[in-house]
Amino acid sequence: MKKIATGNKAVAEAVKQAAPTVVAAYPITPQTEIVEQVAEFVSSGELKSRYIAVESEHSAMAACIGASITGIRTFTATSSHGLLYMHEMTNWAAGARLPIVMANVNRSLGPGWNIWAEHTDALQERDTGWLQVYVSTVQEAYDATLMAFRIAEHNDVLLPVMVNLDGFLLSHIMQPLDTVDLGDFIPPIHLPHAIDVKNPAGYGCLTGPDQQFRFRWDIERSMRDSVKVIEETQKEFAKRFGRKYGFTEDYQCSDAEVVIVALGTLGKEAEVAVDLLRKEGIKAGSMRLRWLRPFPKLDLKGKQVVVIDRDYSFGRGGILATEIVAQTREPVFSVIAGIGGQEVTYEDIAGFVRKRRIGEEFWFGVSGNV
Amino acid sequence: MTPSQARERLAINRPIQGAAGKTGTWRVFRPVVDKEKCNACGLCQTYCPDGVIDEELVIDLDFCKGCGICANECPKKAISMVREEK
Repeated sequence: MKKIATGNKAVAEAVKQAAPTVVAAYPITPQTEIVEQVAEFVSSGELKSRYIAVESEHSAMAACIGASITGIRTFTATSSHGLLYMHEMTNWAAGARLPIVMANVNRSLGPGWNIWAEHTDALQERDTGWLQVYVSTVQEAYDATLMAFRIAEHNDVLLPVMVNLDGFLLSHIMQPLDTVDLGDFIPPIHLPHAIDVKNPAGYGCLTGPDQQFRFRWDIERSMRDSVKVIEETQKEFAKRFGRKYGFTEDYQCSDAEVVIVALGTLGKEAEVAVDLLRKEGIKAGSMRLRWLRPFPKLDLKGKQVVVIDRDYSFGRGGILATEIVAQTREPVFSVIAGIGGQEVTYEDIAGFVRKRRIGEEFWFGVSGNV
Repeated sequence: MTPSQARERLAINRPIQGAAGKTGTWRVFRPVVDKEKCNACGLCQTYCPDGVIDEELVIDLDFCKGCGICANECPKKAISMVREEK
């Protein structure tokens, strides 16, 4: 069915169809619209979930963990400081191997108090064991949320999945949304280590130096296995509903001499920049990274790479640029742009490519740092 | 059970007797019951934080840590705490 929706409403629509048994959530700008819409679905009876209105994000994740370990489907949504507040529990969710799905609306971190788009919030969760996907359109926010449940709950994965969408630039932007007749796309959940009241046990109990590494390795083993599950799920989604997704979205990359790599809406904007550059005779391409964890193999060999980071790791560099240099060994032109919702147009992106200085870093808008 | 179900994803322990060893060895004071004074009210069993007092009000000294709560709660002062000899 065709509709017009914001990114937030698209996520809520997908949640309604995936029908988690428990939703535990706390509002935070710019994510609030998701949990408000889900609450409306619950109160109108369209979604038969138990909705737990908690007192903090730490509690939201803790409630999801408690619910999930009983073997049911769970969902929450957050943003920025809310995500950081639940950081202890995000580690626990992954460590306890719980397939919780969370939408995170990417927003800057204070101070200064800034509610606009930035990826540093989710990127600070890189090492928790959560799978992370970044979307660029309202349609993709909906599609990725549906797929997130199937991927998280797959027996070869059993890890939580975070669906990331840019604050305001996507959360509050209206675009066409084609909803699907879900059918049996998401199979019934089966958690092999779910609580069994007839067979009581302690979960996540004291684990000695002779054992802990085995559980940590099992997370990594599932993370590696998730590559195949993601591929299968995206293939099945395309087969059933006609929309194709990969680990990256490649645009004009095959013959490109310079490739732009970015996350989220910046990666989509880069496609327009590519058209602009191609008209000038610059063989440019865009490789929008969709999955950050597991980090995909990128085919960038022999190409110049312009990485745009809407995030930063102080004392090191753009987080995405750092990941790409580590994986591909290709030197990059690292652009830091879009921090705290800083406006970055496709003209700006084309400019980054035109004046690229491979091996250097450039902070957009900061005079003296070029 | 399929191999994937047998896989250990999460540290899970099931209740077994003495999972942490014989915690009675931690004890400094041992509860000694004077059967003459005891009227079998059962308050010691109710209050025991380690659940080592059974329905016959016999204290399992393999696991009693000697906290003395039973002696403190006993309305008949029937339990005295006696220093363990090394």
